[in-house]
Amino acid sequence: MSVSPSSAPLIALRGVRKSFGHLEVLRGIDMDIRKGEVVAIIGPSGSGKSTILRTINGLTPINEGSIRVGDIEVGDPKLDKVKLRHRVGMVFQQYNLFPHRTVLQNVAMAPIQVLKEPREQVEERARRLLAEMRLPDKADAYPGELSGGQQQRVAIARALCMEPEVILFDEVTAALDPEMVKEVLSAVRKVAEDGVTCILVTHEMGFAREAADHIYFTDRGVIVEHAPPQTFFTEASDPRTKEFLSKVL
Amino acid sequence: MTASQVVSTVVEWMPFILRGFGLNILMSVLAILIGTALGIFLGLGQLSRLRLVGAPSRLATQLFRNAPWLVLLFYCIFLMPYQVNIGGMTIVLPSWLRATIGFSFPVAANFSEIVRGAVNSVPHGQWEAAEALGYSRRATLFRIVLPQCISRMIPPWMNLYALLLTATPLSMIVGVEEALGRTQAAVQAQANAAMLLPMYLALLALFFFYTWPINRLSRALEGRFGTK
Repeated sequence: MSVSPSSAPLIALRGVRKSFGHLEVLRGIDMDIRKGEVVAIIGPSGSGKSTILRTINGLTPINEGSIRVGDIEVGDPKLDKVKLRHRVGMVFQQYNLFPHRTVLQNVAMAPIQVLKEPREQVEERARRLLAEMRLPDKADAYPGELSGGQQQRVAIARALCMEPEVILFDEVTAALDPEMVKEVLSAVRKVAEDGVTCILVTHEMGFAREAADHIYFTDRGVIVEHAPPQTFFTEASDPRTKEFLSKVL
Repeated sequence: MTASQVVSTVVEWMPFILRGFGLNILMSVLAILIGTALGIFLGLGQLSRLRLVGAPSRLATQLFRNAPWLVLLFYCIFLMPYQVNIGGMTIVLPSWLRATIGFSFPVAANFSEIVRGAVNSVPHGQWEAAEALGYSRRATLFRIVLPQCISRMIPPWMNLYALLLTATPLSMIVGVEEALGRTQAAVQAQANAAMLLPMYLALLALFFFYTWPINRLSRALEGRFGTK
């Protein structure tokens, strides 16, 4: 592993609980994620994986427990949301690009409008990010004119343009045609290699195994077990993990 | 009466009727402007998370949307003063102006629903993506959601205008001298039963040729915006 386990975690979840009505989706989640780490959360559908991600940037408020990102207490009622969202970016399964804006505007608008950074500087950064996402000639296109894989890479560039420390990837390849999965995964790998802390919910076991530093397995709102990928995929101990892995591998 | 006599009689009366029709257009244009302005507030009010704003907006919208236009018209005609005093100045409110205000209420309520529907038709993911980028709810509404809504709102808004125009002859009942009232007067003045159908047909044509292109344009726009 590239990170030393002794350094203080950048993100810490403690006893996080969340219910939607009578349904308890998260039943006491503890996680520690260090700076620069790539963490994959896997598990059956409805096990609460996406909800965990959404609690980390405050999209879903929690009922109990605590979440800390750096020095930000996410559950704080006086939370500075802009500060949190500046620090934690997110990429969605359905891309969620703004269809009435060009690709460049999609990438650059939040740093300009929300973070109040100078336009020229942001647009220059946006163009560089689009080039890194191998979309240099799409700056003036509209999202509707792009393929799913291209749209998702724009969404990654949009998240990166906020210069976050952490990016949450919520099943970013699940809506894509198979031939586009690879291009998006290599974009995610690029982000991880650049030192951004990545937390991904994914069904791509091969990718999780190869790119992640740590794997969390969730089932019915709890973390059943977690381990580095080599250990996780070969020596999983819990019967629920074994059953899941036997289905997906 | 020969056909040419009929036509020439209709043409003869046409300027008289057209002056009335001008009033229909004036009332409809003013009512759509007032109604749209009011409807934007009501519609955004309906979407507010503040109960103090949301509940009255929803109530007003439902009230004016589910009331017959004619009843609202009666209310405005008979409840509004004939003249108002503003700082010593007396402004007379002619009946066509009071009728216009009467038409504005149902227009506002219908536009309020158009605004609400358009905003709700924007996928939830847009709100989430904006929230994740640090946009406040208000900023999301004005910078991201509403710009996407405008193209969706134009076709139903044009339909609403066409509907409003075809409703303006209701104001005849409360004494506004618009096209229908004038046509009726023209028919009565001629005291000739043979002119009855041609005169009303001319009036229908007048409304049709004004409203039809609006509806066609709205359909065309709907097709264009609907694809995205």
